Amino acid sequence: MVLATTAPVLAANDHGKVTDFLLDNGMEVVVIPDHRAPIVTHMVWYNVGSADEPPGKSGIAHFVEHLMFKAATTNHAAGEFDRAVSAVGGAHNAFTDYDYTAFYETVAPSALEQMMSFEADRMFNLILNDDDIKTERDVILEERRSRIDNNPQAVLEEEVDATLWQSQPYRIPVIGWMQELEKLNWNDAVSFYDLYYRPNNAVLVVAGDVEPETVKALAEKTYGKVAAGPGLARIRPVEPEQNTKRTVTLTDARVSVPSFSTQWVVPSYHTAEPGEAEALDLLADILGGGNRSRLYQQLLVKQGIAAEAGANFQGTMLDATNFAIYASPRGDAKLADLEAAANAEVARIVKDGVTDDELDKAKNRRVRSVILARDKPACLAHMYGSTLATGGSVKDVEEWPDRIRKVTADQVKAVAARYLVPDHSTTGYLLPKTEN
Amino acid sequence: MTNQHRAALAQALPFPLSAAEGSVARLATPLAILFIAIFFLILPALTAHAAMNIQEVKSEKGINAWLVEDHTVPIVAIRFVFEGGTTQDPVGKEGLIHLMTGLFDEGAGDLDSETFQVKLDDAGAEMSFEAQRDGIHGSMRMLSLRKDAAFDLLRLAVNRPRFDQAPVDRIRAQVLSGIIADEPDPDAIAQRKWLRAIYGTHPYSRPDEGIKVSMAGITPADLGAFHKAIFARDGLHVAVVGDIDAKRLSEKLDQLFGDLPQKQTLAPIADVAAKLGQQVEVNYDLPQTSLQLAFPGVGHSAPDFYAALLMNDILGGSPYTSRLWEEVREKRGLAYGVGSNLVDDEHSNALLVTTATRSDRAAETLSIVHQVVKDMAQQGPTAAELEASKKHLIGAYAINYLDSSSSIAATLVGLQLDNLGIDHIQRRAALIDQVTLDQVKAAAKKLLSAEPAIMVVGPPLGGKG
Repeated sequence: MVLATTAPVLAANDHGKVTDFLLDNGMEVVVIPDHRAPIVTHMVWYNVGSADEPPGKSGIAHFVEHLMFKAATTNHAAGEFDRAVSAVGGAHNAFTDYDYTAFYETVAPSALEQMMSFEADRMFNLILNDDDIKTERDVILEERRSRIDNNPQAVLEEEVDATLWQSQPYRIPVIGWMQELEKLNWNDAVSFYDLYYRPNNAVLVVAGDVEPETVKALAEKTYGKVAAGPGLARIRPVEPEQNTKRTVTLTDARVSVPSFSTQWVVPSYHTAEPGEAEALDLLADILGGGNRSRLYQQLLVKQGIAAEAGANFQGTMLDATNFAIYASPRGDAKLADLEAAANAEVARIVKDGVTDDELDKAKNRRVRSVILARDKPACLAHMYGSTLATGGSVKDVEEWPDRIRKVTADQVKAVAARYLVPDHSTTGYLLPKTEN
Repeated sequence: MTNQHRAALAQALPFPLSAAEGSVARLATPLAILFIAIFFLILPALTAHAAMNIQEVKSEKGINAWLVEDHTVPIVAIRFVFEGGTTQDPVGKEGLIHLMTGLFDEGAGDLDSETFQVKLDDAGAEMSFEAQRDGIHGSMRMLSLRKDAAFDLLRLAVNRPRFDQAPVDRIRAQVLSGIIADEPDPDAIAQRKWLRAIYGTHPYSRPDEGIKVSMAGITPADLGAFHKAIFARDGLHVAVVGDIDAKRLSEKLDQLFGDLPQKQTLAPIADVAAKLGQQVEVNYDLPQTSLQLAFPGVGHSAPDFYAALLMNDILGGSPYTSRLWEEVREKRGLAYGVGSNLVDDEHSNALLVTTATRSDRAAETLSIVHQVVKDMAQQGPTAAELEASKKHLIGAYAINYLDSSSSIAATLVGLQLDNLGIDHIQRRAALIDQVTLDQVKAAAKKLLSAEPAIMVVGPPLGGKG
């Protein structure tokens, strides 16, 4: 990534014109002006997520994220940040994913400096104590019960991921395995925090009613004062080529309508050869993105055997990612028939490709989504942050519509043929519990 | 969940973010359907801002709309509501209104379902309808370059939906699949039981999506008749935000709504007080127990509404700083989420407390909630808490409700539904600011002294661990 610290800062009032620059300590800053409402979203994206966790410490990335709010710092008592955000009517939260951990505050522009000051402070000065660790670990255990253990669909998804991925850490749930979560301790948290929560491992994205010059000055005054840490290389286990067809089945008394999903390992925007990820994006749209898609039209409208059907491609990842199709039956239709019909639609694209007309329409929908995203500065902030935290650049985001427009029907057919191989897939079945 | 809880695990969003529509809070509570319409908090600076200059537009045929004109982004968002939602479902045909809202993009005028959807996609527009308890909400988001085509399709959908048998059967099958999926689900079972327990035979007790038997009997003719009864001008509220001026909007309003009948034909719906002082239990072997408590609420037009709003904020409304958050989560780590909401439906209101906790400590958690509520009822908040809450509620308005064209349009329609006036956003900060500590204490005593209705989903309390 080539970025000059002296990159020229754009003039004010350039609505939506993105400026990016580096602080001396290596922290990257992206500014997206939008002056329609007196609101600014401030996000700090750390280039670390659950897939960067040490073995046996699953959930530590997410746990440290929680502790960033729970703990005191050398400059602020516990809870002070929360009260400060509340006092200005702000919204703040954070999220952890496989490849990144992000913290955000949405506030009036007059409160931006205060938010930056708090966020920069806890980047370096967090004081973790054992009481905080114990209480917050209980909170995370409750979060795991809420999100996963109370929900058969989520339990199955967790097991499907653990089966699809054999080596790559995406096999481990972001929230962590219960038995590992229960043992996370002070040492685990401190060593993770000390290593990764550094300015040179973070991207600041500020979107909304603010000028780039202002953000630059405030960032230098706050984050700029935090010392850089060691440079970090993200070394991840590489996935072996999949050469089997795998299935995972969960039966549960809470399930009355069965469903299946089939997943394949495919490249992400970061790992793909040029044009392939864009082709996969369009393939997902044509195959199963909404009610004009092939799966919807064929399974719900023409054959009338599905209540639900679709496809999904998760492109914004640091490593290889997954492509999924899913469906659930309507009325008395058999799940096996539905699966066969869905697979037939995949096979049809592999064999005959897609039409120019459906490709054009898919391109229009994807490009339209970028225009619609401009309506919400926080959406843009998310686009840039997630791209930059998974190995992409500002340019990648800006040129994305053009790259989508250049995809050919042959490319879409080629990625379908190359990656959606029936014998190299993982299928999860969620089934009612029947009496045997 | 009632709040946006800290530390959500992101489902990494597709690249690029497929323009997340609407940040309307989706609550897990049945009472919360018109939740959005009640939390109106304000940022005074906003009124000075060009983006929030609200104009009242009246068309030649007499259709009224509120417009926020803004040409920065080439998008137009419209939101409208027809009064009379799922409460209008006839007995025996429950689910009718909900089914209807699934059919507006399934053919209208001369266009069959297939043709309509192709044209909608070509026009680059997103159209959606939603059945709520007290109203049918419609919205469209479009690229301004193709707004003529988009508005034309919306006009057809609003005025001449077809309700053809094939799409009716297909959408009905989808709804039925959801109903069947819910049958063995303990949370869904509890929700149904809860509604019957607190509302008795009132229409609020019925599931919006209907039941298997009622869904089977709904015909295209039923749908047509109810469309005629509800889609009329006297029950209509409209807000538009984005790249369109008042003159152009006025023409579009006449196209969209000018030919509708003047008067709605609605069945009268009685007000209902939720029956409190009871416990609804669904026993199921789950690792986590869900708890919900309902107390009396306060309607938006009541003189003590803002006092109640502030009291609720301090009790459990404000994420991360409320008393419930502090006692249940921060001090004891008993729950991931805990909070309270004021729920103000047209015919009923309530204050709801919700949380979920490990089953072997559910009884303990419930007793802490009771203690926090009791303290608030007896002592009320401190002066410092009230000051902090005022600042929070005043500042949070713009951030929570005015952060995109769609959310501004939804907020403005909500103001109209609550009869709050076009200048409400200017006045709101003062209404909050002038509330006294004594008034908040009185509101706390009034709402929280009652015996609540309590819902427990999980193993029997105290029966495990």
